[in-house]
Amino acid sequence: MNHTVTDAVPVATHDESQQHPIRLYLVVWVWLFVLSVGSYMVDILQFQGFLRWGLILVLMALKAGLIVSIFMHMRWERLALSYAILVPPVVILVFVAMMALEANYTQLTRVLFLNAGT
Amino acid sequence: MSDPAVPQRASGWSGIVADWSSDQRSFKTASWGKVMMWVFLLSDTFIFGCFLLSYMTARMSTTVPWPNASEVFSLEIAGNHMPLLLIAIMTFVLITSSGTMAMAVNFGYRRDRAKTAILMLLTAAFGLMFVGMQAFEWSKLISEGVRPWENPWGAQQFGAIFFMITGFHGTHVSIGVIFLLIVARKVWRGDFDTGRPGFFTSRKGRYEIVEIMGLYWHFVDLVWVFIFALFYLW
Repeated sequence: MNHTVTDAVPVATHDESQQHPIRLYLVVWVWLFVLSVGSYMVDILQFQGFLRWGLILVLMALKAGLIVSIFMHMRWERLALSYAILVPPVVILVFVAMMALEANYTQLTRVLFLNAGT
Repeated sequence: MSDPAVPQRASGWSGIVADWSSDQRSFKTASWGKVMMWVFLLSDTFIFGCFLLSYMTARMSTTVPWPNASEVFSLEIAGNHMPLLLIAIMTFVLITSSGTMAMAVNFGYRRDRAKTAILMLLTAAFGLMFVGMQAFEWSKLISEGVRPWENPWGAQQFGAIFFMITGFHGTHVSIGVIFLLIVARKVWRGDFDTGRPGFFTSRKGRYEIVEIMGLYWHFVDLVWVFIFALFYLW
């Protein structure tokens, strides 16, 4: 009868306070500076082509990863939460691919029919 | 806390299945407050994602040359031409504010009220610096003739996208500064030690609110990482 007892599995296992050494935050901070200087250098040195886009994206991903995993404590959360939050934005990449195709097509029709107008 | 009935929870994939299929709270380690902030941030990710997607589409489909951001956002300092200088400084200011925020969360959980409040005020100050520099950037571009419908250097969409994306981000920073000041005041006053109820609610706040608002602040920094890379560098 008293089936609420089984529902009362303690959820107090979690350590709700995210306690990590300050040193870790300072290290991440320095890394974010270094990576940002790297991004800035890509522009200063006027890298072009694949090297430029590749470096911009890699540095961006590294910075974003550091912020989410350490500053936002994602690496210490349970996988159930990490996947619920991180997978949906990744699916946006499908949308990016679709819109890239669409944009190419739009540009093609503009070049063909508008005499390269706007 | 010394509860012998606490079950061992599986990790990895079986852990995910166990967490989601259980008739309990799914996100075991995160409180509701934290999960709700994450869900809000996920929704905000989609909004910023759509802005950046529209930007990509506009930029790829226009047949008019796209302005060179490196030159548009350059500064002349003592006769030296510095491409993207202002944006670089804004990036470093925002990263630094994220660092001070992360430390504030740490001191919050240690119940070190003074250090938490000071670090949060420092974070807010960096946020204000960022917004100030953005105001300077906007004024400079407006004086050079940039409008949401035109600009002197090529594709018209550049103006609309610039004001839309940086404006929306700047609004987030401004709201974050207000949020920081409110929570810093509560920490300073000791609301989370005395269990004083909040303004809109009879519930008692906890030091966890510092971490929750930290999530928001780091997110603002995170969005800037993408704007910096895709709008200013690309």
